[in-house]
Amino acid sequence: MSKMKALVCRECGKEYPPKAIHVCEMCFGPLEVKYNYDEIKSTISRKKIEQGPNSMWRYIDLLPVESTAIIGPHAGLTPLVRAKNLGAHLGIDELYIKNDTVNHPTLSFKDRVVSVALTRARELGFETVACASTGNLANSVAAHAAAAGMKCYVFIPADLEAAKVLGNLIYKPNVVEVEGNYDDVNRLCSEIAGEHGWAFVNINIRPYYAEGSKTLAFETVEQLGWRTPDQAVIPMASGSLLTKIWKGLHEMQALGLVDQVRTKINGAQAEGCSPIATAFKAGRDFFKPVKPKTIAKSLAIGNPADGYYALKATAESKGAMDAVTDEEVVEGIKLLAQTEGIFAETAGGVTIGVLCKLVKQGLIKKNDVTVAYITGNGLKTQEAVVDAVGRPFRIQPSLVNFQKTFKMGKNGGGES
Amino acid sequence: MTSLRFHIRFPENKIKEPIIYQIGHEYKVVTNVRRADVRETTGWMDLELTGETEEIERAIDGIRTKGCVVDPIELNVVE
Repeated sequence: MSKMKALVCRECGKEYPPKAIHVCEMCFGPLEVKYNYDEIKSTISRKKIEQGPNSMWRYIDLLPVESTAIIGPHAGLTPLVRAKNLGAHLGIDELYIKNDTVNHPTLSFKDRVVSVALTRARELGFETVACASTGNLANSVAAHAAAAGMKCYVFIPADLEAAKVLGNLIYKPNVVEVEGNYDDVNRLCSEIAGEHGWAFVNINIRPYYAEGSKTLAFETVEQLGWRTPDQAVIPMASGSLLTKIWKGLHEMQALGLVDQVRTKINGAQAEGCSPIATAFKAGRDFFKPVKPKTIAKSLAIGNPADGYYALKATAESKGAMDAVTDEEVVEGIKLLAQTEGIFAETAGGVTIGVLCKLVKQGLIKKNDVTVAYITGNGLKTQEAVVDAVGRPFRIQPSLVNFQKTFKMGKNGGGES
Repeated sequence: MTSLRFHIRFPENKIKEPIIYQIGHEYKVVTNVRRADVRETTGWMDLELTGETEEIERAIDGIRTKGCVVDPIELNVVE
């Protein structure tokens, strides 16, 4: 019996064979993977996981693939950094950074989901993969497709910054610039996915793709010594990452790998695009779509597909949500870099900014074991901090000039 | 014949209007509501439209003209 039981509708519960479909034919609700947990339970163990590969694929028993011919075998198992300096700054005894700024190969958490999506897509017989993206997702799909020798189409808005286009072109996918605004690109991609026999990773392959995010939960638990954290702070774009971390924690509990999950799941958004956090704070169980206006572009999804489910997971966990201004995003990026030496992209600034707020509000307490998820590398969004990091010291090429600049005596010592 | 799926949102001032009924009369499309949540101040529905592709496009423009917001069933897919 396969570990994958079916695809199941998250709304009406109708089940489908695990093929390349993503919407329930009955009620149009989204589909997700349902597993044979009894069978998985009979084979999985902490020891087996610990003896697995040094990547997220050590959790293959809980990922929706059937073969071991993995695309992206090095993704995941990124460091869980004990953030003593940032913890001391915030007054938290045990703070950790789950550092996906160093994920392989394209330096964002998207390598996890894309690795699963392309592996499953090839199993299902697809030769062409595609995505619609303005950044990290496109990078990851293009890189993985190149390594796997699969044909690749990346759809982007025609006005995307040159640097981001270059980051895709280097892998030589078919980059398609669509004239029109975000909504036009969005609609076109949905229609192309419906018409062509391609694996659109975040459309018809989405049920499998999204499961890759669970590995962030699995790794956190293992790296904490098979403990679940008390608090998790997670950035939200579509809301999928947050819901899958919640699902991953509960899978570990169901399989007896951890005790009762008591983790409070906290969602982080930028104020310029905070439909989910705004709904949560207003006590609503539905969100109102917005037009994004924030420097945190990797989180700029105004009509998030998993927004409703993120609200539900956060409420179930008794967690919270909050949003930060663009200024607070930049301060968050700087704070993480200057305390822990980790340069995060703008989404990381959102996470740190919201972490600071939740601590200040007393929602995260001194003794809470807390994990903040940093999902992308700062080298990708340098424009966000270019005016906020100061300038280098400029000196003449002489020792005297150097010592004068830093107010040093002849034998060193002194500070600028 | 093509069938396309959409997520339609209604602003508060359009909640009481029979927009889907009107669309079925004004355009050569079959309207099929699969899921909906209509409240006092807001509402949405997941709708399937069946017909010739060009006529579906016209119907979508018609729904937009009536003040509703039309998205793909997947909502935002550009990540």
